[in-house]
Amino acid sequence: MSIMTGRALRSVALGALLASFGLPAMAVEITYVSGAVGNAVENFKALVKPWEEATGNTVTMVPMPASTTDQFGQYRLWLAAGNADVDLYQTDVIWAPQLADQFVDLTEAAKDLMPLHFPSIVESQTVDGKLVALPIFTDAPALYYRTDLLEKYGKTPPKTWEELSAIAQEIQDGERAAGSADLWGFVWQGNAYEGLTCNALEWIKSFGGGQIVEPDGTISVNNPKAVEALELAKSWVGTISPGGVLAYQEEEARGVWQTGNAVFMRNWPYAFGLGNGDDSAVKGKFDVVPLPTGGGNDTSAATLGGWNVAVSKYSKNQEAAISLALYLAGPEAQKQRALNEANLPTIVSLYDDADIAAAQPIIPRWKEVFLQAVPRPSAPTKGKYNEASSKFWSAVHQTLSGSGSAAENLEILELDLTDLKGGAW
Amino acid sequence: MSEARLGPTRGLTTGSGAAQGLTLPQQRQRAAFWFLAPMVFALFCVAAWPLARTIWFSLTDTTLSSLYGGRFIGFDNYLSIRTLESGRVVYRGTLVDPAWWNAVWNTVRFSVISVSIETVLGLIVALVLNAEFRGRGWVRAAILIPWAIPTIVSAKMWAWMLNDQYGMINDVLLRIGAIEQKVAWTASADTAMAAVLLVDVWKTTPFMALLILAGLQMVPRDIYEAARIDGVHPVKVFFKVTLPMIRPALMVAVIFRMLDALRIFDLVYVLTPNSQATKTMSVIARENLIDFDKFAYGSAQSTLLFAILAVFVSLYIWLGKVDLAGDRQK
Repeated sequence: MSIMTGRALRSVALGALLASFGLPAMAVEITYVSGAVGNAVENFKALVKPWEEATGNTVTMVPMPASTTDQFGQYRLWLAAGNADVDLYQTDVIWAPQLADQFVDLTEAAKDLMPLHFPSIVESQTVDGKLVALPIFTDAPALYYRTDLLEKYGKTPPKTWEELSAIAQEIQDGERAAGSADLWGFVWQGNAYEGLTCNALEWIKSFGGGQIVEPDGTISVNNPKAVEALELAKSWVGTISPGGVLAYQEEEARGVWQTGNAVFMRNWPYAFGLGNGDDSAVKGKFDVVPLPTGGGNDTSAATLGGWNVAVSKYSKNQEAAISLALYLAGPEAQKQRALNEANLPTIVSLYDDADIAAAQPIIPRWKEVFLQAVPRPSAPTKGKYNEASSKFWSAVHQTLSGSGSAAENLEILELDLTDLKGGAW
Repeated sequence: MSEARLGPTRGLTTGSGAAQGLTLPQQRQRAAFWFLAPMVFALFCVAAWPLARTIWFSLTDTTLSSLYGGRFIGFDNYLSIRTLESGRVVYRGTLVDPAWWNAVWNTVRFSVISVSIETVLGLIVALVLNAEFRGRGWVRAAILIPWAIPTIVSAKMWAWMLNDQYGMINDVLLRIGAIEQKVAWTASADTAMAAVLLVDVWKTTPFMALLILAGLQMVPRDIYEAARIDGVHPVKVFFKVTLPMIRPALMVAVIFRMLDALRIFDLVYVLTPNSQATKTMSVIARENLIDFDKFAYGSAQSTLLFAILAVFVSLYIWLGKVDLAGDRQK
């Protein structure tokens, strides 16, 4: 602890020293690490160009694996080692409570900018009054569906999971009989990783089965609604979803979808822009709706995702890094992200922006999805979130792959989570 | 600092060793000590010190966010027995953690199966390569390629080939009619371990083959000639001549592979991350160390991994020696 305070003091002292000499801001090289899916690297280069030109600094983006679990492990190591090579981290919405100690408090720097953002998102990045990271885009998944296929079979987009299962099965059978042997009804993310926690949370929540751990810390996951939801999902594997879906992350699902081999897909907004790219087999043949509900429940659920930018406490160029963070979280950069990558802005007014509405008509409509967003239990479980999530996705993965029934696995999960919780989260 | 102080001393002893009346063996021993010293120092830095740190961490409650703030808690990370107020006795710690024992079982199963297959295949390949034929040098070089590719790269390559939808393995098997529908090799719990084993065998058989080949080339040719003149059946020659002669090389090769296999991490981590069916000791230790911020708990698992490795190797060497002694008595 004393070492950390020492480091912090030193950096503050250094900043004061530089300021007192009145040195002109020298051009520095800023390193930004971020997971990369699709063509994130090229987009990021274009995105930061105006900032580079305005300040004379240069930004290098270090692409990381797409899996947030892998990224988190690496970042935690770097931060524990006090790595000074990385100035900015792109952080997942769930990381703030776990990494709060390692990042610079941005409350003061962003005091003019934050009121423009959705308060709930700013809240998710605030830990004990410290603003850990600035939101750069939010994420909420939706149901992608093939307009051409649904039209061919005279269907409307499903409102419930049960409906989805039936439509997917019918179209899959029909198309396979017609010769598309590789067509699948529904692809999603079933690999044992954080993404499965998101998928399964949506099923359970939309069945009215709670959100694993409730905001007050109660473990609610072992209930009949949750069992029902998982049993339905289990019935998809090998019927409307390929058996390999249990190893899929976002990109594998998008691979099947974008080659035209799926009727439905659950995915994040980034797949919308890519799906309409020139090399896409489904270009212009698909649309999105909010995820279905199930078990007679009437509200659907979409896991709140989203990415933020945090400034490392160990950065040697904190001033420039904070300036870049503010730029990335600002209206200009968020608008560009929305236009180029269909990333959902966290700035409220951008949902009414005419340019965005024209270029990405999907974004204003995503407001509807976003309103049903449900957070993962990272706030109540605090530092134990990763382990809780891992236990949850393991239990779900076991259920889906047929080792144990949903009821059995959730009962054990409840016990494990209670043990993990101990006296308090 | 110690080296700076000791430096001149060395000059004195070696320079005027004879004058001080050191015998030749004594001088040699001193020289050997000074030649070994840098390596011992390096080994201390990169092996002994980290190991000692890990063992120390395993006895504390250290977390990654405060690496220096851990307090000593004894063996609680291994096993702690607490009696609750209700009188119920609760066992906690790695030694009663089913996830850990699942990982141990996975690792041992993986090691035994993979090393057995690799030894047999490696032996066959080595015997083939030991024969005289044109272009032998090229074939020997070519067979090493899987071993030369970094594991991460080959694991990722296999992950794509094993992909259920666009992987070529399913495509080929479907075309030749070996399977009816696409198999999710890495996703299904039944085939995940087989997939990992397949890739490991593909990758490390060349290594085994090369070590065994080195042993084969030490076997004097005249023994084979004598056997041929006596009209001994080739199979008998293999079991009575070749195998006993290459046994030392084989034992070393197996122990290398066993050590490697017991601490396997990269292949599993890339191919089937988080799958209960393949999670090994190294993978679960990393998960606790980094992902779950249970640094001390992960250290305890690393320490146990070290202990299990040590037991395995000692057992192997001991059993190997017993066998060898038996051979000598005959």
